[in-house]
Amino acid sequence: MSNYAHIDEHRDDEGAKIGMWLFIFTELLLFGGLFIVYSVYRYINPEAFHLAAEELDTFTGTVNTVILLVSSMTIAMSISSIQYKNKKLTLILMGLTILLAAVFMVNKYFEWSGKISHGIYPGSPTLMEASQGEILFFGLYYAMTGLHALHIIIGVAFIAYVMRLVVKNEVQHDNFTILENSGLYWHLVDLIWIFLFPLFYLIT
Amino acid sequence: MEKEQHTHIVKYKTYIFVLIALLFMTFASVAITSINLGPYTVSAALLLASIKSILVLLIFMHLKFDKKFYGIMAASVFLLLACVIFITFLDYLYR
Repeated sequence: MSNYAHIDEHRDDEGAKIGMWLFIFTELLLFGGLFIVYSVYRYINPEAFHLAAEELDTFTGTVNTVILLVSSMTIAMSISSIQYKNKKLTLILMGLTILLAAVFMVNKYFEWSGKISHGIYPGSPTLMEASQGEILFFGLYYAMTGLHALHIIIGVAFIAYVMRLVVKNEVQHDNFTILENSGLYWHLVDLIWIFLFPLFYLIT
Repeated sequence: MEKEQHTHIVKYKTYIFVLIALLFMTFASVAITSINLGPYTVSAALLLASIKSILVLLIFMHLKFDKKFYGIMAASVFLLLACVIFITFLDYLYR
């Protein structure tokens, strides 16, 4: 396993990975804080949250959950395939992940534009006539799914960047920490959605 | 030593099984919440979400195969979050 040509190379795989995990922890606390805000407001306004949550389409939410879970699997598989020295499959799996992310965003676009065309968006005249609880629900809905969507865009950019490194052979079977880190980031996006989905779409 | 953790390659099959389990739990939570179980609906949906996230953390995020301290760090962050949630609700439930 030891390759003497690599000893001079300045590189700390363990450190890079710990750094990524620490960053992920800050992200978890950020979303964790938002989840606490959501649950406290839900506890204070149960009726309004119930009414507002009925507005969301469970089907779209379920489709997006399936898309994210599958994309999480493809990026995890790409790490195995780079270890098997299968560059082509690695690129295909990473490409699939980006494609699925794009489909997720298209779904999100239609979901949001549907809501907006019904006059439900923060500060809209329709929403201002609704109860305080409904305003809070949709405010949190736009803020949390929007922040999550922003993470999807960043994740896609990160994975695309690592794909370029794979193409240039800068990420290989013995040097793939950055691929692992982009994978970790993508799983974080998935992890957050696993909780967003039941809280906004399922529990009414 | 540094390369040691990288020698573990997770089989594709493992990931496929995990995905099937995750999809199964997703559809189960959709089914459970569509029938009205009253207060148990929320707990059932959150319980399934927690099991799903543990699967993602252990297998997809490699916590099961990595050095122990990654798992310990992740667990302490979730414990911290749980404590904050607990204390917040102590305030709201009993004020």
